[in-house]
Amino acid sequence: MRDVIIIGGGVSGCASARELSRYKADILVLDKEEDVCCGTSKANSAIVHAGFDAPAGSRMAALNVAGSRRMPTLAKELDFAYQQCGSLVVCLSEEDRPALQKLYENGLTNGVEGLRIVERDELLAMEPNISDDAVAALWAPTGGIVCPFGLTYAFAENAATNGVQFQFDTEVERIEAIPGGWRLQTNRGPLEARCIVNAAGVHADELHNQVSDDTMTIVPRRGDYFLLDHAAADHVHHTIFQLPGKYGKGVLVTPTVHGNLLIGPTANDIDDKEDTATTAAELDEVRAKAGLAVKDLPLRQTITSFAGLRAHELRHEFFLQEAAPGFVDCAGIESPGLSASPAIGQAVAELVQSILHLPEKPDFNPRRKGILDPKTLSFAERAALVQKNPAYGQIICRCETVTEGEIVDAIHRVPGARSLDGVKRRTRAGMGRCQAGFCSPRVLEILARELGVPQEEITKCGGDSRLIVGTNKDSL
Amino acid sequence: MEQRELTCIGCPLGCALRVTMENGAVVSVEGNTCPRGDAYARKEVTAPSRIVTTTVPITGGVLAAVSVKTAGEIPKDKIFACLRALKTVSVAAPVAIGQVVLADVAGTGVDVIATKAVAAR
Amino acid sequence: MKQIDLVILGGGPAGLAAAIAARKAGVQDLVILERDRELGGILNQCIHSGFGLHTFREELTGPEYAARFADEALAMGIPYKLNTMVLDLSADRVVTAVNRTDGLFQLQAKAVILAMGCRERPRGAMNIPGTRPAGIYTAGTAQRLVNMEGYLPGRRVVILGSGDIGLIMARRMTLEGAKVLCVAELMPYSGGLKRNIVQCLDDFGIPLKLSHTVVDIEGKERVQGITIARVENGKPVSGTEEHFDCDTLLLSCGLLPENELSRGAGVALSPVTGGPLVDESLQTSLPGVFAAGNVLHVHDLVDYVSEEAAAAGRHAAQYILGGASPAEGEALPVQATNGVRYTVPTTVHPARLDGSLTLRLRVGNAYRGKALAVYAGGECIWRRKRPVLAPGEMETIVIKGPALDKLPGCGGLTVTLEEA
Repeated sequence: MRDVIIIGGGVSGCASARELSRYKADILVLDKEEDVCCGTSKANSAIVHAGFDAPAGSRMAALNVAGSRRMPTLAKELDFAYQQCGSLVVCLSEEDRPALQKLYENGLTNGVEGLRIVERDELLAMEPNISDDAVAALWAPTGGIVCPFGLTYAFAENAATNGVQFQFDTEVERIEAIPGGWRLQTNRGPLEARCIVNAAGVHADELHNQVSDDTMTIVPRRGDYFLLDHAAADHVHHTIFQLPGKYGKGVLVTPTVHGNLLIGPTANDIDDKEDTATTAAELDEVRAKAGLAVKDLPLRQTITSFAGLRAHELRHEFFLQEAAPGFVDCAGIESPGLSASPAIGQAVAELVQSILHLPEKPDFNPRRKGILDPKTLSFAERAALVQKNPAYGQIICRCETVTEGEIVDAIHRVPGARSLDGVKRRTRAGMGRCQAGFCSPRVLEILARELGVPQEEITKCGGDSRLIVGTNKDSL
Repeated sequence: MEQRELTCIGCPLGCALRVTMENGAVVSVEGNTCPRGDAYARKEVTAPSRIVTTTVPITGGVLAAVSVKTAGEIPKDKIFACLRALKTVSVAAPVAIGQVVLADVAGTGVDVIATKAVAAR
Repeated sequence: MKQIDLVILGGGPAGLAAAIAARKAGVQDLVILERDRELGGILNQCIHSGFGLHTFREELTGPEYAARFADEALAMGIPYKLNTMVLDLSADRVVTAVNRTDGLFQLQAKAVILAMGCRERPRGAMNIPGTRPAGIYTAGTAQRLVNMEGYLPGRRVVILGSGDIGLIMARRMTLEGAKVLCVAELMPYSGGLKRNIVQCLDDFGIPLKLSHTVVDIEGKERVQGITIARVENGKPVSGTEEHFDCDTLLLSCGLLPENELSRGAGVALSPVTGGPLVDESLQTSLPGVFAAGNVLHVHDLVDYVSEEAAAAGRHAAQYILGGASPAEGEALPVQATNGVRYTVPTTVHPARLDGSLTLRLRVGNAYRGKALAVYAGGECIWRRKRPVLAPGEMETIVIKGPALDKLPGCGGLTVTLEEA
């Protein structure tokens, strides 16, 4: 029997794994997909909320502020892309000012540092493309942007370095209490552990309700987004939220850490927990709302649109609790879950520790180096790198200038990339303006070569998402 | 009397051609605005033919496949016979442009030739 | 830093023709930088025939056409580097590039020819709603897989966009055993050649649905179905949806010149073509930086790419070798009006014309029974009837002889459509 099984390799599960890897324990992370970061963690606003929005006194507020505070040092320790660009909540009408003031006060209560209401003139100087209707804004200098994939991989890789194991394509079908722990019946046989962490995202309620009578209901809340080309990145310099008010609830417009512009999301509660299809109506809604706070958005520079699901628990709160003896929930982790993830990981580890009393690991290594991006090097350093390893001289993705060296590195990490999307999220190959048109055949080749399998077996994102279905004339 | 409708491919105008035939012979062509349309229609309804281009696998080459074509047009109704005949064909590298990959494909009297040079690995 | 006379960015049809012409015009010290594994560019995956009728008077396949130029360049001993990616071009013509063997290197060039070609519009740029499974490819990506690697990316296929690549891929997929269910085209006309509609679709009974677009994509892991609908005034009409069970969607929805390097260098770009603004010598807004082929504006015939690029090569040679290049003198703007979407070039220096002026253009809509006309100031200096004009067909105007004498001092050229 293992010590801990974490169900779900999203950002919460991986953060929990990383914090638990400080202890001597046999820990396994399960995911039903082929990789970590395949659910809510992969499709969201990629921002670090300062923490003024969550209801004062809530668990959500406390963890958001704590997570946001830890993010700068964690980004150095675990080497992921993060920028404290600051955020603005824009008030579009004088009649909405009381709401802006209320938000400011809520932020103060939550303990958010540096909050200030800026008037139109200052706002315009900060954001020249702000709406003509903007009258003032709440400025939160600690707001930031983060690569959600980078953050999740950083947690996962560091956990793996410290002994945590990962098992993919494994779906938990049933949970049974056994003496001294739990048995998970999965599509790949039974697994047992003394302690279970339920970090199953939109499915966390289904697991929780198998072990607790205090039922939980998670509604997948879908949101559609547009991602714009690098050419549009300078349109705004901070994360721009729209104050809910006269014009309804808006969408955010934010730069990303990789120099794109992200616009969205809508909020549509749906039934199907796997339905991440965008719809024409919601994409139209993003288009209509985005223009309210920011003018002249260059939507023609859109390179992709996508939808993600938030794991919205009906009570709108994070549930970090021992739901049954040895069964720890990490559930209801909707926005600001990404921001809170460093604190969520710590909180989960504390809960598990209070149950298992694990010994500390003296050789715990808190550091992780990300995939080396030659673009970040000086000319001389980059030249030396290519000389040492020529694979860094072979550009595979033209749009994001990703080299073969980076892709090979991504494949051989633990947990490593096994699919086109796995490579894309780790290296950005295929993330650019041509959306993998040029590089996908090359990435396929590299994946097949490095994994020692035929190209036909390489998938876009696991399961039956094969990219090649046969050879020429095979059916003639 | 039999009528056939065609779109002329001679130029961007794309004239809608109407060919009247009797016992397999062309009686008249209408709708064309130039002699090329007339000629195209007569050929297309009596003996339509096409160049077929495809690929065949290479063994021992720097590439996995080489592009090939029929050295001339083959009857349109032989297109798939030609492809099926090529299904089991592969060539050993090196391959030169113009090299015959399959002679007299599907009894058409036309050879299939390589359209690309591929060096040996 | 290594000094060099001419660097050509791209070894496709444009780069090869430019290099050959520059060498013939006397440029000894030059290099072609090509990002792919071989010379020839996108022609290597265009294995269908129909290339070269204009240049060689015979019908070649893409690889054969490419080989004619690559072999000539090789025979002339023109240096080239493969698998080499240009990372940066500066306004003063420093080219930074990288490959496995030379590592990271810089070249200070006297002149640069941009010949990077174009790329396809991806799904995201079209805002097609639905899921994002495997099985959605641009036609060019599918073309590479099928034609160069022998892999089938799908078995039941819907194609959006009836540009030539989409039509050609409908035939290629069919010939390799896939079933192409339909080609949907947003516009009320096809952007492809008539010959391709007949020989790629009609030959195989593949329906072409004009004024239709994809309104939904289904399937979580692999595409399972596509819904198309009729479009009126740019919007899908509810109730006209048609569903196809399929595993593949190919997109052939337009090409975009690849000008990220040009933009980085500060080359002024046309908002209409997405390519650099050039003068009659195909020189961009940066002195010594020339452009030709699909990076300048998207062509439909490779023969014209070669022709245009050869001109760029000659002009670059003239720029490098000095000598023959007369003073720049007056610069006339070329205006595209009344149905003419754009022209290349957009500026003409009358003093530098060597007896002829070539203008290439596209119209913005399908027209019948019009005439194309060129005015110098208020005076018509060239006029030809065009029974049919379509956005998918590039037009070429060559003005020669006494008409060119009207240019100096005329204030500007206007290219326009008139009633025939």
